[in-house]
Amino acid sequence: MRNPQLNANGELTHLLTIEGLPREILTHILDTATSFISIAERDVKKVPLLRGKSVFNLFFESSTRTRTTFEIAAKRLSADVVNLNINTSSQSKGESLLDTIDNLAAMNADMFVVRHSQSGAAHMIARHLAPHFHVINAGDGRHAHPTQGLLDAYTIRHFKKDFRGLSVAIVGDILHSRVARSLIHALNTLGTTDLRAIGPQTLMPSGVEQLGIRVYHDMSEGLRNCDVIVMLRLQNERMRGPLLPSAQEFFKTFGLTPEKLALAKPDAIVMHPGPMNRGVEIDSSVADGPQAVILQQVTFGIAVRMAVMSIVASH
Amino acid sequence: MSNLPDADTLVAVLVATLRPIVTPETGMIGIVTGGAWLAERLHQELGLKVPLGRLDISFYRDDFSSSGLHASVKPSQVPFSVDDREILLVDDVLYTGRTTRAALNEIFDYGRPKSVRLVVMADRDERQLPIAAQYVGAVIKVPAGKKLQLERDAAGKLSLRLNSPKTANA
Repeated sequence: MRNPQLNANGELTHLLTIEGLPREILTHILDTATSFISIAERDVKKVPLLRGKSVFNLFFESSTRTRTTFEIAAKRLSADVVNLNINTSSQSKGESLLDTIDNLAAMNADMFVVRHSQSGAAHMIARHLAPHFHVINAGDGRHAHPTQGLLDAYTIRHFKKDFRGLSVAIVGDILHSRVARSLIHALNTLGTTDLRAIGPQTLMPSGVEQLGIRVYHDMSEGLRNCDVIVMLRLQNERMRGPLLPSAQEFFKTFGLTPEKLALAKPDAIVMHPGPMNRGVEIDSSVADGPQAVILQQVTFGIAVRMAVMSIVASH
Repeated sequence: MSNLPDADTLVAVLVATLRPIVTPETGMIGIVTGGAWLAERLHQELGLKVPLGRLDISFYRDDFSSSGLHASVKPSQVPFSVDDREILLVDDVLYTGRTTRAALNEIFDYGRPKSVRLVVMADRDERQLPIAAQYVGAVIKVPAGKKLQLERDAAGKLSLRLNSPKTANA
């Protein structure tokens, strides 16, 4: 079966997941993002690539950072952006997802940016729509958050230049994290061989080793000589049942403190997809410290989303 | 193609034409790729003080929706303020005028120049838009279906070539 994100020529027409995308496409996105970075420094922070196109931001799940950066990215490409907060609209009146989509398509949308709590929602929408529409997955359930994975990869490449030979540790709630899943797929494809997942057994998905990642339950082992540390948020809203004793207990064992950070390489970078829970997964002095690149991730995220939107729209 | 003019001779012609009109404040911007190479030569030989700028107009092309984004877009760099400055825009070959139009749009996103004048090594004289070059190395008629391009070898030597492109590119 053909990858549903690619057209008959193998070109990216939707971005639903990083899994299964060839390295050339990932590299093309990262390279294109590089050329969008400088646009933010100009008088007019816009290029006319998507002039006259309508981008619909469909967020069935709340988000500030992702929705805002997608909106800014679309506007810097000169697209018209419509933001829909579906929690408060038709779905709450009982309309089905695909009926909502059909109505928006009838309003001549060109691109949908979709976040949904159900894994696979963006795939379903992409399959349902005619081929001239484009769908970008902005996070579906526990499954994927491909633009976050790409902006994480962009950040790593920016600071570390190459993916090969790096040691990357992803720490915390791997089980519920679509961010972790997307980043693992991206780094596997881009050639990072030393990938580590650190967290309690209860927050580790079963079979995670099959993704080419080594599992650690001890920070002092897992962080040793790392180049990149990716802290994940403890997702309280996704937690069902007693997976954890308490937030304080978690911080003691898996929170990133200056002492634990010292186990990594001296030039290691600290990343976090946000929103951060200070004092739960990360200590304030680390989050605000010289090794944190958390705010750069946000800035890079705009350029990466511009790259993804302009590439899918051109196919 | 030995009947094409020698690129170094055309550079010399342009340098001689431009020398009387450049000032210490003149800004020069080359269009990637061939125009940027030509601009490097002109900038150096004219001894311009303001650092050289380069534009990759891929994000401003009018055929984006049909031809897509090329894999190797290089960031544009204009390392000086264009506001109220006299700008020399440099391209290797002037053909339909569409590249020039896109470059003008991009320049105005950096600011509001006092003037923009166009410098080209070769003018194919087949405009599709009301655009003209003020400084031209040579007018060269090109057979239909052929593409006139500036090339640069490993030693940095410029030469004009007539190619048969796989896809026509303005």
